[in-house]
Amino acid sequence: MGKHTLSVLVENKPGVLARIAGLFSRRAFNIHSLAVGQTEHPDVSRITVVVDVDEFPLEHVTKQLNKLVNVLKIVELEMDRSVQRDLLLVKVRVDARQRTEVLQIVELFRAKVVDVASDSLVIEAVGAPPKLEALLVALGDHDVREIVQSGTVAIGRGPRSITERGFDRTTAHIA
Amino acid sequence: MAQVKKAPRPSAPAQNNPSAQVAPVSNTPTPQGHEQMSGAQALIRALEHAGATDIFGLPGGAILPAYDPLMDSTQLNHILVRHEQGAGHAAQGYAHATGKPGVCIATSGPGATNLVTPIADANMDSIPMVAITGQVAAPAIGTDAFQEADIVGITAPITKHNMLITNPDDIPRAIAEAFYIATHGRPGPVLVDIAKSALQEQTTFAWPDRIDLPGFNAGARPHSKTVQEAARLLATARRPVLYVGGGVIRSGASEGLRKLTDLSGAGVVTTLMARGALPDSHPQHLGMPGMHGTVAAVAALQKADLVVALGARFDDRVTGKLDSFAPHATIVHADIDPAEIGKNRAVDVPIVGDLKEVFAALVPALAEEHTKHGKPDLEAWWRQLDDWRETYALGYTPTDDGHSSPQHVIQRLGEISGPETIFTAGVGQHQMWASQFIKYQRPNSWINSGGLGTMGFSVPAAMGAKVGEPGRTVWAIDGDGCFQMTNQELVTCALNDIPIKVAIINNSSLGMVRQWQTLFYNQRYSNTDLNTGHGTRRIPDFVKLAESMGCAGLRCETDADVDATIKRAMEINDQPVVVDFTVSRDAMVWPMVAAGTSNDEIQYAKGIAPQWDRED
Repeated sequence: MGKHTLSVLVENKPGVLARIAGLFSRRAFNIHSLAVGQTEHPDVSRITVVVDVDEFPLEHVTKQLNKLVNVLKIVELEMDRSVQRDLLLVKVRVDARQRTEVLQIVELFRAKVVDVASDSLVIEAVGAPPKLEALLVALGDHDVREIVQSGTVAIGRGPRSITERGFDRTTAHIA
Repeated sequence: MAQVKKAPRPSAPAQNNPSAQVAPVSNTPTPQGHEQMSGAQALIRALEHAGATDIFGLPGGAILPAYDPLMDSTQLNHILVRHEQGAGHAAQGYAHATGKPGVCIATSGPGATNLVTPIADANMDSIPMVAITGQVAAPAIGTDAFQEADIVGITAPITKHNMLITNPDDIPRAIAEAFYIATHGRPGPVLVDIAKSALQEQTTFAWPDRIDLPGFNAGARPHSKTVQEAARLLATARRPVLYVGGGVIRSGASEGLRKLTDLSGAGVVTTLMARGALPDSHPQHLGMPGMHGTVAAVAALQKADLVVALGARFDDRVTGKLDSFAPHATIVHADIDPAEIGKNRAVDVPIVGDLKEVFAALVPALAEEHTKHGKPDLEAWWRQLDDWRETYALGYTPTDDGHSSPQHVIQRLGEISGPETIFTAGVGQHQMWASQFIKYQRPNSWINSGGLGTMGFSVPAAMGAKVGEPGRTVWAIDGDGCFQMTNQELVTCALNDIPIKVAIINNSSLGMVRQWQTLFYNQRYSNTDLNTGHGTRRIPDFVKLAESMGCAGLRCETDADVDATIKRAMEINDQPVVVDFTVSRDAMVWPMVAAGTSNDEIQYAKGIAPQWDRED
């Protein structure tokens, strides 16, 4: 098994996410993370899905995803040829002494404090998944009350864009 | 009971080009006329524009608005079924027999869920079908309203595509897209779920003049390089086999297959879905491969040095234990669906494309290779193949109980009714025997549920086939178990003048399951006895049941009466006929490759394994 990051460009229509998730769940593949958002084209959404799966079944699922009418394009983004980022928010209970320690960790990881209360902090961190994992390990001795993570979003390095070639696979005149 | 009105049926033969089906037909209003109408009227108008002529359905609350304008359509012949599953299988049989998309229609909730089995069946066997379902009114969706089911969610994994329509303006485009998607690329079922409110609201009808589906792949052209490579392999292989699947039939590519067969000199096997793609009488035809295939077909694949898969998908029922399937063979795989290539078996030469185009490219490429290298010497291969064919010819031995042999009944049905007949089957022993013992000479003469294996497929599929091809004799070969699942559609047939013929191969049991219990469960017959045959209470009595449904009912209990009974049934053409052939329950389907074992373990009959390597 290995982690693979797929960028799936889809028509921005209801139910598309369920269809895509369905093709993974059918084979009991675990979706490690999932992020959906709009792109530079208003009609096109981009789904970034990270799955734990072997190369061969992944290739087959990718072919099946390509058959979905609302799926425009699928690209696998290799770790070293793409920028991959998650957003992490962590709520930590702190007293005065712990606060200093936690703030040092925040500093060390170039994270930010985005909410402060008398006995808690909310930390925001952005980074590649390994960095965020390391941050969580560093916070392990503290009273972490809540963690929320976005799915990974990823983009290829270099000037080429995966959306720059047209999508018009089928435009047929029928009358 | 009111008869549904009959529309004049267009006499044009089945069109090979599915896109032609989307063109408007002459008796519809001008496509560009932007007329005000209800969503329901727009639906009926759109179905007319899409070229539909026969639709199978059953009304209910949510779809009711559509049934009102349907009454006024002169083009649409609606056949009122007795169960929505029957509508779905009828649409499949219609599509399979004609090559045109089948259309079925049902209401929301239970009406829609009753279509699930035929939709899944059409998806597995790549049958072009458009299913239309009513949905509760848009504001009620998601509230657990009366007769609400999320049919788009339910059928997402078993349709090629589906959509929920809540705005009446979207109806014509949805119908146009549904027909386009169902018939282009690899065919399949498309479901259009329409909210009742959308059917009731007013809209301006506009038939789209173009389909805009940026994510839909209608099929690639076969790549000349891989075609070239396939031709080279075919020209140089010593033990080549063409492994022909249902895709050849869906593509309408039998002519091309014939040319490739003749030119290549290869052995040919036709799968359960491809029976008739190459005439059984062709000298290079080795029969059906797989679990109940002929020894020659199975052995040919196991010993081949080249397997050219054409519109086939290396199904487990064909390959047996996958890692020992065709172990010596280089694999060429041609299919319109790229997701099939390499799915089960690694492929050496992939060709993605419509098989018609594949043949059009491959046949001249092979001829070219022959001019370069000369024709390959396949004499030793054919000596071997002929030896298998002769030594292990398809056959059967009568059982000890003295009752009629099901194989004999089916063989005589094929011989007496002839190759112009359409045969449908349910699922089980009778299906395998119908595939084995009837000689198919043309594509679309054999209609069965291959992938999903749906018991009860036969009667409604025969009904649909007869509606699509009214000039042909249509025999539904059915089992006594299958028949009890969907026989209610004989009522539909009787009332709508659809005179199909049903041969119940009545062994008084769920025969295929019983066969497995005989072979693998120490003859412990758990829940397979149906009490419909010899020496039982005969509940139900199929003859009386048939008569109660407005059909002629006949019974045949001995081999001696088989011919006369079939001929009698052939003479009855003014109503459906049901023949109860009560046969031996001990007859078994042979040859057999037990599930999960290697094709090398094929048994010709119980305990008799072919001697594989005596010529080697």
